[in-house]
Amino acid sequence: MNDEIKNRLNTLGGRRFWLSLVLIGFAVYPFLMSDYFIDVAFFFGIYALLGLSLNVVLGEVGLFDLGHAGFYAIGAYTTAILNTTLGIPVLMLLPLSAFTAGFFAYLVCSPIIHLKGDYFLLVTIGMGEIVRLALLNNPFGITGGPNGVFGIDYPSLGFMDIDTSLKFYFFIWIVVGLCILGLMSLQHSRVGRAWNCIREDEIAAEANGIDVRSFKLLAFVIGAALAGVAGNIYASKLMIVSPESFSFMESCMMFSIVLIGGMGSVPGVLIGAAAISLFPEIFRPMAQYRMLFFGAAMILMMIFRPGGIWPRKRGAIQKGQALKGIKKPLLPGELPGA
Amino acid sequence: MNSNDRYVVLETCDITKRFGGLTAVSSFSFQVKKGDINSLIGPNGAGKTTVFNVITGIYRPQEGQVIFNGSNIEGLKPHQIVAKGIARTFQNIRLFPNMTCLENIMAGQHCRARSGLWSSVFRTKRQRAEEKQIHEVAETRLKQVGLSRYSNELAKNIAYGNQRMLEIGRALASNPHLLVLDEPSSGLNDAETRDLIGFLKDLRHEDLTILIIEHDMNVVMGISDWVTVMDEGAKIAEGPPETVYNNPQVIEAYLGKEEYEDDF
Repeated sequence: MNDEIKNRLNTLGGRRFWLSLVLIGFAVYPFLMSDYFIDVAFFFGIYALLGLSLNVVLGEVGLFDLGHAGFYAIGAYTTAILNTTLGIPVLMLLPLSAFTAGFFAYLVCSPIIHLKGDYFLLVTIGMGEIVRLALLNNPFGITGGPNGVFGIDYPSLGFMDIDTSLKFYFFIWIVVGLCILGLMSLQHSRVGRAWNCIREDEIAAEANGIDVRSFKLLAFVIGAALAGVAGNIYASKLMIVSPESFSFMESCMMFSIVLIGGMGSVPGVLIGAAAISLFPEIFRPMAQYRMLFFGAAMILMMIFRPGGIWPRKRGAIQKGQALKGIKKPLLPGELPGA
Repeated sequence: MNSNDRYVVLETCDITKRFGGLTAVSSFSFQVKKGDINSLIGPNGAGKTTVFNVITGIYRPQEGQVIFNGSNIEGLKPHQIVAKGIARTFQNIRLFPNMTCLENIMAGQHCRARSGLWSSVFRTKRQRAEEKQIHEVAETRLKQVGLSRYSNELAKNIAYGNQRMLEIGRALASNPHLLVLDEPSSGLNDAETRDLIGFLKDLRHEDLTILIIEHDMNVVMGISDWVTVMDEGAKIAEGPPETVYNNPQVIEAYLGKEEYEDDF
């Protein structure tokens, strides 16, 4: 009986059921909660988007990037500066922020993309810090130094401004939803496979006709562009951006999101983002010990679930379909019908 | 069988590869003719794998050229060489361990497909058709190497002998003109080796030329049309297997000189 229920939940229909339940939950949630908790869910959304963006680089391609906050900052500052000085509407700056962050990633990563593992990691840390320090030093008087840039407009859809917590909540989660759809399609495509191959074995990937360099750069540009989108939404929500929001700690948070959730797994990243953004709220009464709990949780995770909370299951869809026809799952070495 | 007018698929012209002060390969030239199974043999350290790595673009030789189907491929990157039609396997199997067997073979078709970022994100009609085709070809290839039942199994979980076949299947998935196998029988037991020999012989029905590095003389004698022997970075003999097998120079390279043993 129990197995039967399990099997049913694993089929496509069962998955659709759970998915619709989650979607309804998301739609109803803000109408049951106070503005404070709607904002908590908004930042959950921001972290989900950042997690998804880093997941492309870290999860899919296996490039250790601890400077992702730099791209996030570039997206946020592009929006902040162009909106406050030239008055360009925030929503129009969304694609531009993505483009700027992506272009910056292309420029900075082209010369270092051949580096491996920890060497690459060190360079990305440096890159993130250079961005933050540059913003802090107020080049040409445009970044406002430690004070940052303030007075950023709300995004306007034309017929309505996105100006309340509720509207921001739906705004960010629609963007996250679209990203999820796009990234899920990518996972089951030639591009996603190529990325995974590079993560698994770079030399074998190259020997199988995959242009390793270009595909790594592509992943970096997409990851940075999505972080730029997150930066744009973050800037318009807070109406102020300052360098301290884009510290090394922020990069570490994104890194943890992907590691906690499971590298290369979209639902995993959402769970990781939830853990990172909701944890502090739950443990607010014990604020001083927050990092202690967090560290302990990380250590336990690495011991008991090194692959993350929800690692990506390979070949799961085909298996689900096979269950419909064949009652018993095949053991390795067993022939169908034998 | 090896008449001189047959089409030459691959030719190396005086390739030399040095690592620091060590000359791994010195002005090595040989030809691979279309439809042949060509073996490259030699004692350990003879430079066989270096020749393979030069052919497949992993190393760049200091001197010489590699001509494939009439064009010089020296200096191209490995992935460009695969696109030209040379697929390879590795001495120590290099699969994509955390991907399924089917995905491994699908990945092998990478250079034969065109879908890029946007068509994949928006799942255009052409992309879906291409993806379906990749899937079908992968299933055919998986069946060919006898691993259909492991289609959804992770590559790292299947037996060693099967992993080797999967790697060959992945190389075949790119529809190569020339298949380059680096010690395909290493680590296989006798039964598996016999299966492998049968499999490679069957591959001749496809429009395929095969170049093998091999230590196992049973394999070399069993399937080769032409054998090239290397020692200390240079070619010391070549010819049909029987001729090479009885060549005194080859025997010397493998077993050492008789006087040499007297010194002990």
